[in-house]
Amino acid sequence: MRLTAQNLTVRRSGRRIFSDVSFTVDAGEALMVTGRNGAGKSTLLAVLAGRLKPEAGTLTVAGVGEATLPECLHVVGHRDGLKSPLTAEENLAFARDLLGMPTASPRAALEELGLGHALKLPVAYLSAGQRRRVALARLLVCRRPLWLLDEPTAALDVASQGVLSGMMARHRAEGGLVIAATHQALGLDGARELRIEPARPDARASQAAAAGDVWW
Amino acid sequence: MVMRALKALVARDLALAARVGGSGALSLVFFLMIVAVVPFALGPDLNLLSRIGPAILWLAAVLATLIGLDRLFQADEEDGSLDLMTGAPVPMELVVLAKVLAHWLTTGLPLALAAPLFGLLVALDGTAMAATSLTLLVGTPALTFIGAVGSALTASIRRGGLILAVVVLPLMIPTLIFGVSASEAALGGTVPFTTPLAILAGLTLIAGVVGTVAAAAALRWSE
Repeated sequence: MRLTAQNLTVRRSGRRIFSDVSFTVDAGEALMVTGRNGAGKSTLLAVLAGRLKPEAGTLTVAGVGEATLPECLHVVGHRDGLKSPLTAEENLAFARDLLGMPTASPRAALEELGLGHALKLPVAYLSAGQRRRVALARLLVCRRPLWLLDEPTAALDVASQGVLSGMMARHRAEGGLVIAATHQALGLDGARELRIEPARPDARASQAAAAGDVWW
Repeated sequence: MVMRALKALVARDLALAARVGGSGALSLVFFLMIVAVVPFALGPDLNLLSRIGPAILWLAAVLATLIGLDRLFQADEEDGSLDLMTGAPVPMELVVLAKVLAHWLTTGLPLALAAPLFGLLVALDGTAMAATSLTLLVGTPALTFIGAVGSALTASIRRGGLILAVVVLPLMIPTLIFGVSASEAALGGTVPFTTPLAILAGLTLIAGVVGTVAAAAALRWSE
């Protein structure tokens, strides 16, 4: 699969977040999205995941047949998509049935992340780092070529960070793509960096325009 | 693959309703509360109660449907489950349909099945109980579909429950009118029972189509 973004511009609630972001990610490649807090890293991932419409620019995928971009990707972000009353196994089984193309069983995926003992525990009982590991286990229960990771190492201990970079390396070796928004080195060999700069030059102007839009 | 995804959605929502913090039996208890309180307010006039009984049951059903409706999509929006559903190989309309079905199975269906029992509290006779139960069975899906639109619109608003009720209740009035009039037509009168019942069924079908499409559109365009 190959993902191309051209001149993406995103506006949220009248305020321009970033403009003219372009990149290409090929099979086996990784892209690190960096930038200071509030620059729009998570917004870019939300656009890729199909939760936000860009104001301008195009997103194209090649080599995935008829599937749309949201159907080719996994998202693991701040909102982990886990239901607290359900057990880790139920959460993962739900994700596998919903997303399709199952590969590993929930048990195998959790054991890979060192959480085999939490299989039958409600997610509400888990710590922040353990919850994040359950969310990351979703990457293994069904196969999707593109992984969108938003601060994947947040709340993870050093050992789990190692497991994650191993997972990402294997995924890329199998022809997968990784796009990660991060402040830290993730152990991604040969990853390219996309630095998002907020739309500075006309920031004042666009803010004034936005104020004008809203002030009716 | 689509059927598997939809089954997983329905099964998950049913499991959530049954777990701690779910709204499983809550709407049924709320329904019982309203129906039980009315005779205290009106006094023990059995003739009056049995005359307005179907209306009380329908009003209680409308209010009980609102329980849990505000969390129908909001909970999924907050914890990121909606991102998963966006990525599922299933159109958003079918996701809405699956979630509405799960909500109806845990609220509308129990209400309709319990209506004969609760009818005893407002002195309904056998015919009226059966008629009210049937109209609830036919009409409550419309209430859930209409509510789903409001729920999708308020998904990203914190404490959207009250706004939801204000938005949705006026839209439920036609269903209420024909639900009550069908129940009362069964007790005698100039209109045959089937006429308002057919209109009620029509309202449910319209709400099913319009509600599904509108809720899916609201979820797609929310941010």
